Amino acid sequence: MTALEVRLLEKRYGAVVALAGVDLTIAPGELVGLIGANGAGKSTLMKIACGLVRPSAGTATVCGAPAGSRAARRGLGYLAELFRFPGWLTAAEVLALHQRLAGSTRGRTERDELLELVGLSDAAHRRVEGMSKGMQQRLGIAQALIGDPKLLLLDEPTSALDPAGRRDVRALLLGLRTRGIAVLINSHLLGELERVCDRVVILADGCVVAAGAPKELTQTGGVEIQTGNGTWRFPHAARADIPQLVSELVSDGVDIYEVSVIRSTLEDAYLETLERE
Amino acid sequence: MSATLIVARHAMQETVRRRVFVVVLVLTLLFLALFTVASAKAFAAQTPFGFGNEGQITPGDIASITTVTLLGLGMFGSLFLATVLGVFLTLGAVRGDAERGLLQPLVVRPLGRRQFLLGRFVAAAAVCIVYGTLLYAAVLVIVHQAGGQWPGHVVGPGAALIAAVIILVALSLLGSVFLSSTANGIAMFMLYGAGLVAGLLASIGAAIGAHTVQTIAHDIAIALPFEGFYQAGLYGLASSQAGLARIIINLGPFGAPQAVGVTFYFWAAVYLALAAVAATVGFERRDL
Repeated sequence: MTALEVRLLEKRYGAVVALAGVDLTIAPGELVGLIGANGAGKSTLMKIACGLVRPSAGTATVCGAPAGSRAARRGLGYLAELFRFPGWLTAAEVLALHQRLAGSTRGRTERDELLELVGLSDAAHRRVEGMSKGMQQRLGIAQALIGDPKLLLLDEPTSALDPAGRRDVRALLLGLRTRGIAVLINSHLLGELERVCDRVVILADGCVVAAGAPKELTQTGGVEIQTGNGTWRFPHAARADIPQLVSELVSDGVDIYEVSVIRSTLEDAYLETLERE
Repeated sequence: MSATLIVARHAMQETVRRRVFVVVLVLTLLFLALFTVASAKAFAAQTPFGFGNEGQITPGDIASITTVTLLGLGMFGSLFLATVLGVFLTLGAVRGDAERGLLQPLVVRPLGRRQFLLGRFVAAAAVCIVYGTLLYAAVLVIVHQAGGQWPGHVVGPGAALIAAVIILVALSLLGSVFLSSTANGIAMFMLYGAGLVAGLLASIGAAIGAHTVQTIAHDIAIALPFEGFYQAGLYGLASSQAGLARIIINLGPFGAPQAVGVTFYFWAAVYLALAAVAATVGFERRDL
């Protein structure tokens, strides 16, 4: 059973078209990145999947149940882009509240595990109002993981995190994949997505304009060789050409220090895709 | 624990943690202290007066008029304070909390939006029922200590006061589905003011025999049943009075010229149900 299946999904806010027929399938354990410009429809897609927004047309199912139904909401965890927890609750109390609402019976064990997972063990009894934005985002991720969801929807989960925090979230996401939890992550930090996602979906004006593994979307941009005479670039060469190139240079008496294949980044691919559109 | 009770408990916990009760307690004690002084002074200052040669009001009548007027004032104060509490507990329950990002993490959990609304209503209504009852009881005791009299009916007016507050809480929760916190707060207090004006219009209309004014006041009371309950409470407080004393009470700001009938209670129940349906449907259809 797919974790998320979206077919011909449309959403209109009056005259504004947020989604214009999106198709998307996420398998269990798959980590999918969602990228696009502001207003491309990323957050709307996520909100429809978790039942916060009603689609104008099309269907969305979560673990086989219609998005927004109680059965669907039992199977997912969600971290909104703009969220807030009551400032008067402590981190442990936030999780306890969501455990009760999610029907989780794992009690303190689950809370302690999740707080440790996001690096907030020492802040379990700290009130939310006394936490930094980064700490609140970590708490938001812990909250989304309550009740062992089958699908995790993360809308800009690392926007307030420092580099160490982002590294922790990357490790966390990779760990979730091994547990069979599907993740749909929306982020403008394309480097982060490139490093962890199995697949990336690019949205523009409410449509999927490109999708595939990061390596499929990015392209080789030649070979770069650092020599004793400086850095030489061979823009039309591929990985397979490296032995011959090195051999020729060595035979010409050039000292070689480093050879690397130049690939375009996901950011390059994303910008190229948008320009084509 | 059901989702409704979880939400209600969460909302109640918020009122405790954010020291709402402390603020309410302090200000209520201030109100009661002022009311105690006013009651004592009113009974001490009462003097017999007459209406030309037609009749003299007896000291007993004056004590009754003072008692009922003070109780009416106490009921007005109780309703106002309980309304302030109820409105502020609910005015941002849906749209306000959604705009602040507090609502979304809760409603994606497997609880129905209907249950969420019911939980918020239960919490606010419970707080207001307890508060309104205690305040009303305190008013009765203060007036009795000052003047030595109890009203003709005790339970009925208290129940009417609570019913009025419950309707106001329901309206505030309904408003929170469609309006931002500020707009809802303004709307609620304007409705509250409109209701009170309607009550005063009814008294004036009855005193001068203006049926059109009475009809307008009656129609407003139907549209805003909390005012009907308030009038029913005032009527109950003065129900043991008769003759000239009753006329004088009805001419004052806390007089209620007529009782409400069974039809009104039925209408109030329907009104509450309609508010619940409108709030639920509106919330279910709202994109967050």
